[in-house]
Amino acid sequence: MIPGGFEYHRPDSLAAAVGVLREYGDDARVLAGGHSLIPMMKLRMADVEHLIDVQDIAEMKGICAEGDKIAIGAMTSQHELIDSPEIARVVPILSEAALQIADPQVRYCGTIGGNVANGDPGNDMPGVMQCLDATFLLHGPDGPREVAARDFYEAAYTTARDDEEILTAIRISAHAPGYAYEKQKRKIGDYATAAAAVLIEKRDGLVANASIAMTNLSDVPVWSEAAGADLFGTDCGPEAVAAAVDTMLGDIDPTEDNRGPVEFKQHVAGIILRRAIARAWSRA
Amino acid sequence: MSETTSQMNIKLTVNGEAHEVTCEPRALLIHVLREDLNLTGPHIGCETSHCGACTVDLNGKSVKSCTLFAAQADGAEITTIEGIANPDGMHVLQEMFREHHGLQCGYCTPGMITRAYRLLEENPAPTEEEVRFGMSGNLCRCTGYQNIVKAVLAASDQMAAQKEAAE
Ligand SMILES: Cc1cc2nc3c(=O)[nH]c(=O)nc-3n(C[C@H](O)[C@H](O)[C@H](O)COP(=O)(O)OP(=O)(O)OC[C@H]3O[C@@H](n4cnc5c(N)ncnc54)[C@H](O)[C@@H]3O)c2cc1C
Ligand code: FES
Ligand code: FES
Repeated sequence: MIPGGFEYHRPDSLAAAVGVLREYGDDARVLAGGHSLIPMMKLRMADVEHLIDVQDIAEMKGICAEGDKIAIGAMTSQHELIDSPEIARVVPILSEAALQIADPQVRYCGTIGGNVANGDPGNDMPGVMQCLDATFLLHGPDGPREVAARDFYEAAYTTARDDEEILTAIRISAHAPGYAYEKQKRKIGDYATAAAAVLIEKRDGLVANASIAMTNLSDVPVWSEAAGADLFGTDCGPEAVAAAVDTMLGDIDPTEDNRGPVEFKQHVAGIILRRAIARAWSRA
Repeated sequence: MSETTSQMNIKLTVNGEAHEVTCEPRALLIHVLREDLNLTGPHIGCETSHCGACTVDLNGKSVKSCTLFAAQADGAEITTIEGIANPDGMHVLQEMFREHHGLQCGYCTPGMITRAYRLLEENPAPTEEEVRFGMSGNLCRCTGYQNIVKAVLAASDQMAAQKEAAE
């Protein structure tokens, strides 16, 4: 399994990388960890003429926490997320999610930028980013711009990123202590049959804020504002949870594939969401 | 589809030895290691990033060398199973795999040991659960894993004892 031929570029600055993208347009692709792109190239499902390896670009690296805000460079690997004390302090849901992605070898290579930019509905981070209301920083020929994670995903492999833009960083605010990322997969290293990201803020014994998103149950991640609202003001009892799960099951749109028929996915989605809500509430 | 035949020169330090290789940008690291450098320890199992038989250590990370272009490793330090043994004999991990029957056909073993090496570098005293989680990127079709886990745990104990003796 050898990919088609391509020209390899390894620029050492963002400006140079954008320059290559500009020159070759959609014949060029960014290569981050390569653990989504290279398998696709080996299967000849992706045909790339120019690969831009961004591993030397300092502007895309590092984790920077200031108070309750954190900026994560796009080239931060999933392994680095798990290892980072800043992530554990400000946005621990990211380490919890990263630990459920693939296997150790893949996590050393796979980057958070690649995971969110890829646009594969099976990727775990996009749902987490929508749950967190994260902001993506994109850099193109006209300079930087910001796009909310909740506005980024248009269809499978289609995002708000222009062909000439590079995702450089992700900005997130600290989340409430009640968090959970729960994932059902067939085996280690598999994409989700269903996964749920839940954040709950508790005040005076009641839900003061809730955010719920799910993974791989539609061609884009599904953040359901209404499902979160079903929990608001309640003590997260069985009726409120049932309402939130019902709302979410109405918002997802799974299709049949080798992970099972639609009915099964609806069933698994309900169970996984219940577990995620229960764990988030127990930590809130 | 362009079948560009442009070649590039890359530098790799493998098992402490500096190499210069000329290859196409699309050459995968596993192929360069096996075919250009004659290091046939890292195996090709699945070729689809799942089995871990091709695992090598690259700049202190365990990576699946079937899912990396050699070009990405330009300038990197790589250790393969050939570089894990000590000059005076086998690495403790290799001895413990032998002693605890951590292999049968041996196909997965180079990847298993190379991965276990990095796991113990990062976490010298793992629990059984940590070993299972840390080795979950390596598949074995023979042993049922039980003896692999035993071997890694035994190696961890031995290495701790050796370290203590040295102090
Ligand atoms: C065996 C296996 C199991 C896996 N299991 C999971 C899983 O359970 N969950 C999961 O979420 N993922 C999984 N993955 C995918 C893995 O997490 C990938 O690493 C990740 O999806 C992409 O990150 P990358 O850095 O490897 O990106 P690449 O493969 O390099 O890039 C992916 C795409 O994003 C684009 N891109 C990358 N970075 C940028 C950027 N900064 N700006 C603009 N465009 C960019 C590339 O051009 C490409 O189109 C698995 C992969 C393997 C091989
Ligand atoms: S050959 Fe590389 S993971 Fe199987
Ligand atoms: S010993 Fe045969 S595959 Fe592991």
